[in-house]
Amino acid sequence: MSEIIKPRDWSSQPSYIDPAYRSTALRGPTKPLIPLRQSLSELTGPVYGHDCLGPLDADLTKNGRKTADPLGERIVVTGRVLDEDGRPLPNTLLEIWQANAAGRFVHVVDQHEAPLDPNFFGGGRCVTDAAGRYRFTTIKPGAYPWGNHHNAWRPNHIHFSLFGPSFVTRLVTQMYFPGDPLLELDPIYKSSAVGARERMVARFSIEVTEPGFALGYEWDIVLRGRNETPMGSH
Amino acid sequence: MAKLTQTPSQTLGPYFAYGLTPEQYSYGFLTSIAGAAVAATDTTGTRIRIEGRVLDGAGVPINDAMIEIWQADDQGRYAHPADPRPLNAGFRGFGRCGTGTDAQCRFYFDSIKPASVDGVQAPHINVVVMMRGMLLHAFTRIYFSDEAAANAHDPVLATMPEVRRGTLIGQLDESRPGKVYRFDIHMQGADETVFFDA
Ligand SMILES: [Fe+3]
Repeated sequence: MSEIIKPRDWSSQPSYIDPAYRSTALRGPTKPLIPLRQSLSELTGPVYGHDCLGPLDADLTKNGRKTADPLGERIVVTGRVLDEDGRPLPNTLLEIWQANAAGRFVHVVDQHEAPLDPNFFGGGRCVTDAAGRYRFTTIKPGAYPWGNHHNAWRPNHIHFSLFGPSFVTRLVTQMYFPGDPLLELDPIYKSSAVGARERMVARFSIEVTEPGFALGYEWDIVLRGRNETPMGSH
Repeated sequence: MAKLTQTPSQTLGPYFAYGLTPEQYSYGFLTSIAGAAVAATDTTGTRIRIEGRVLDGAGVPINDAMIEIWQADDQGRYAHPADPRPLNAGFRGFGRCGTGTDAQCRFYFDSIKPASVDGVQAPHINVVVMMRGMLLHAFTRIYFSDEAAANAHDPVLATMPEVRRGTLIGQLDESRPGKVYRFDIHMQGADETVFFDA
């Protein structure tokens, strides 16, 4: 037996062209995708283990610190990376980036007139443990305006990038916070169907919350699963 | 086992550089896990450079896209447990480059030419395309213009209309020293690059 990766779930995934998110109009592919029978090219992928991490990579309250702690609400974000069949995915690299508490990115093209925090960088990474679990300590990101439409604001979010076990399990997504009134106004959040988009919203957890230190959020990420196929039939 | 449902994809957004390509964009706090230099000095194989732009539906070069490549070595081996063959020392085969640090919005990769993975497929490099304005990444491949015989028998190229195959062929630039292949990615239009449902 050998295995192939299950298809992308098109009922969960957004469309390349989404009129509510204006920049997609000239950037999303318009022709039908060409089906690709998976070979070693698709079933392999970059492997990054714990050896690629620096000691402060998963602690964004420390990895940009210069003279003082960063401003804002400290949070812990943790969860598991799983596949569709519920298998935990150990040794999976997660890369994250986010705005500071004021809604400002350190990126040079971010022109939002909110203050930079000299002690906050906003980028980090982590590799999942044997149970597929990751854990970041960071600052709750602020909302920020963008030019998509009049009075457009992005909800609080953290960008996540993952490889998973193969080249085709690649996922770049965003984690949102529960109860954010901006979610229902955000075309990027709403680019996935009702019933799917809610899977991008973390859950507040009093168990993960650390007394006297940081609020806790839990968020599991689900990547494409595996199908067993008789050798030679694919 | 429990049946779960895939987490939806979201756009990379405009501010990915300090998280994903910090060294290329000169952000000092974080090292990059990968960059445009794919081959190490001790990697065996023919040195190549891939160079290209990402063009939107109006033909305008995009300055906030990120390209990732994944490739086999000069013996067609991938650095991954699913490929049981022994590895080329020091060759991971993964590269990442944003289009925001070059005046012409080019991405580039310095690597080695991959060999056929299975003796059937023509040599190729696997590509992921992502950018602000793209909610879901796109998969494509780079083949090589100086592998015409292998390309003619490639089972993946054979699945698409002949007129579209050329969008996947990196063109060897004869006017430059070494092996430099030009590979522009057209998101839309008459020359829209073939993207795969992989
Ligand atoms: Fe963002």
